Amino acid sequence: MSLPNTHRNDLRYDLRLISSLISSSSRVLGLGCGEGELLHSLKTQKDSLCTGIELDADLVSKGVAKGLNIVQGDLNEEMEDYGDKTFDYVVLSQTLQQIFDPARVIRSMLRIGHKGIVSFPNFSHFENRCQLFFKGKAPVSSQLPYQWHNTPNIRVITIRDFREYAREVGFTILEEIAINTDNNDKSGRRIRFLSNLRATYGIFLIGEPA
Amino acid sequence: MSEYIEHDVQGVSAGIVEKQYFEAEELVLDNGQALGPVIIAYETHGRLNADRDNVIWICHALTGDSHVAGYYSEEDEKPGWWDFMVGPGKGIDTDRYFVVCSNVLGSCQGSTGPGSINPETGNPYGLNFPVLTLGDMVKAQKALLDHLGIRKITAVVGGSVGGMQVLEWCLRYPEFVRAAIPIAATTRHSALAIAFNEVARQAIMADPNWNHGDYYFGNKPDLGLAVARMIGHITYLSDESMRLKFGRRLQDKFDFSYNFEADFQVESYLRYQGKKFVERFDANSFLYITKAADYYDLGQEHGRGSVVDAFAKTRARYLVISFTSDWLYPTYQSREMVKAMKKSGLEVSFCEIEASWGHDAFLLPSTTLSNMINGFLYNVSSQYAPQ
Repeated sequence: MSLPNTHRNDLRYDLRLISSLISSSSRVLGLGCGEGELLHSLKTQKDSLCTGIELDADLVSKGVAKGLNIVQGDLNEEMEDYGDKTFDYVVLSQTLQQIFDPARVIRSMLRIGHKGIVSFPNFSHFENRCQLFFKGKAPVSSQLPYQWHNTPNIRVITIRDFREYAREVGFTILEEIAINTDNNDKSGRRIRFLSNLRATYGIFLIGEPA
Repeated sequence: MSEYIEHDVQGVSAGIVEKQYFEAEELVLDNGQALGPVIIAYETHGRLNADRDNVIWICHALTGDSHVAGYYSEEDEKPGWWDFMVGPGKGIDTDRYFVVCSNVLGSCQGSTGPGSINPETGNPYGLNFPVLTLGDMVKAQKALLDHLGIRKITAVVGGSVGGMQVLEWCLRYPEFVRAAIPIAATTRHSALAIAFNEVARQAIMADPNWNHGDYYFGNKPDLGLAVARMIGHITYLSDESMRLKFGRRLQDKFDFSYNFEADFQVESYLRYQGKKFVERFDANSFLYITKAADYYDLGQEHGRGSVVDAFAKTRARYLVISFTSDWLYPTYQSREMVKAMKKSGLEVSFCEIEASWGHDAFLLPSTTLSNMINGFLYNVSSQYAPQ
């Protein structure tokens, strides 16, 4: 049986940036962690103590086979079992747009973690706007590869929406990273100007209000 | 628990293995009683390393035995009960680990049990054999561990009642256990599980040959034990697996017999399993082990009723595995222990594997199961490997 070997440079560009926000030897919880690409990298490269929550049994088994601690289950229910500030970081990577009650998830994240990291595809990227504006069709892109009828994304979020949401729900944005990635997300660059128009993803480091 | 499910030999076999015996002069049981001498049958695979810590300790289920993998001889038709999992390059890699599996105290596959000779009378113990706990069984395994000079266990692994022993190992000897894999297990039997066991026990005790456990010189309660096994087999399967495996198909006939013969395949299967079982198992052992499993309550025994408090006393890293179609120890019971482990701040993984084969799924080849166990063990053992 061969053992997977994920090198840091194999990491998706957005995950590399998330990793850059996390200090070494931290306790990290990954929500909807999949087979744990980010967690494995944090564990091996940054000596972090990682735990993941994932609903899909196949992905859980693959992550466990890599040596990660992953609990299969619903992230709302699983988060309830942890005491306050159990983790240094709680990461919700590209899952926010699929969550029914985002405020509940974010509040739980900041209860059990000192800081939260939330990332999501930016629906207001200009290519998406163009598809809607010129073609009159629901946007389909490499970041949003689904048709309207089979998408798991039940929330349409933009970078600007998330900033407003922070005020509404009452959490603080400690750092905001907007990125533009290539088609397979392996590489990309940071966007510092007109990010809501030009970025494919938004990554936010959040905390409780000061 | 139906350990001898037929399956293909996957990959390289663990090879020829010999049943070994360890004798302890005396074992003080949880009830204070001293039992002795105690013999424990066991087998080992692989080599113990210089640090004496590359050990995978396997606990078998209710009616299993120490023969976990490989063959007793060239002519042997069947390998050990977990042959697909244990062997060179397999889920539990015998090239890397020293694997030990022993027959539980109270059983009848080489270890001391109610069918053994009571030194005080010169006759089999029968019902004079002391009532055992799962803790006693683990205590006997610990005596074997000491005898083998093992310093630490990389992981204790087991399914079903074996999984309950895995948990008991973590609680009783936390300093010896680095990791644990309870599979299709529970911290205590539900009313459903106790109910099935009780019907099975009643089947044995209602057999006139049982004779209050005193049958070793005459006819054995084979009919009762066979019915007990038939009940067991129903609980190890699932509605889905029985539908797929048998449906309403008839056995070697085109029409019903209308005379209470085994018409349906499922009837024939259960009768066959029952008949086969009485050749290898002792009815009194069945009574003692099922009762020990029914009495077991991890939270009550180790945490004053709290499973969280109990697990807080352990230090192992856990991989908890359940199966979707298991209705004997359903997934919610595994989730309860995972919850308690999380609340105790322990490192834990949990996976519910999609399987139609019910409680017995852990005894059937599954790449998901093998890969997950392999990777988990590799990670735990590398953590402690000399730098």
